Amino acid sequence: MYGNENDRPIFKWRNMDISMIPNELSAILATLRPRLLRFARLQMREDAAAEDAVQEALLSATLHAAQFQGTAAAATWVFAILRNKIIDEFRRRSRQPLADMDIEQERGWEEALDNQFDARGHWTAQPAAWMEPEAALEQKRFWEVFDLCIMALPAKPARVFGMRELLGMETEEICKELDISSSNCWVLLHRARLGLRDCLSRRWFGEN
Amino acid sequence: MLSCREETELMSQALDRPLSFGERFQLGLHLMICKGCRATEKHLLFLQAATRAWRENHDSKHVPPQPNQGETP
Repeated sequence: MYGNENDRPIFKWRNMDISMIPNELSAILATLRPRLLRFARLQMREDAAAEDAVQEALLSATLHAAQFQGTAAAATWVFAILRNKIIDEFRRRSRQPLADMDIEQERGWEEALDNQFDARGHWTAQPAAWMEPEAALEQKRFWEVFDLCIMALPAKPARVFGMRELLGMETEEICKELDISSSNCWVLLHRARLGLRDCLSRRWFGEN
Repeated sequence: MLSCREETELMSQALDRPLSFGERFQLGLHLMICKGCRATEKHLLFLQAATRAWRENHDSKHVPPQPNQGETP
């Protein structure tokens, strides 16, 4: 991998003739790159995997340069490819056994969720309403906390939540891609959401 | 009567699938009497709105400004 972000070429040119790429398109792709990276990083949680997926999506766009009419088409194309790459990677990872460290993390996290309820399933501490949550969406710092909270989810719930809410997939599709049952999917989504709620409550909305 | 834990499962599923009439009815009843679950429902809806905003900021909807546009004095 490249050591420094600035050292790396924008595209892996392989055997391509650079003159094939219209200047306008390569300028568009270069401006898209940071956003593609943010999009991929939050979901793949590994910089190297995210970088690779973005490079491949950009390369594919340059190879199909002739088909695009205007910026919107190029951006849509690149994002569609990146989405597919992320889903491929999720599918691959879901077939691999979890590392011991991840199992540990998941166990601790589930315990914390369980502690929100008593033995009869009632709140141990009633969740309180958040003050002006919509205003948070306008604040840059909120989105940093939002990213942190998503990153803090264990691998499995993070994957399903990412596919459902960040990629906007239907649960049926997610179950098919990851080869899990819909009830398993709903359980993971429920836990991910309660975990995120808990994280945002503590780290942004100022509860204890 | 379901527990708060089970009600939050229904609230979460309501974001992913249509609930049956029976499920909606009993969730509605529970929400009337449970402040913690009412707060939770709002939190989950906010999370959904936040992820939607996240998608709109990161996904293909936003096209970068074209070169030579919007910068002329």
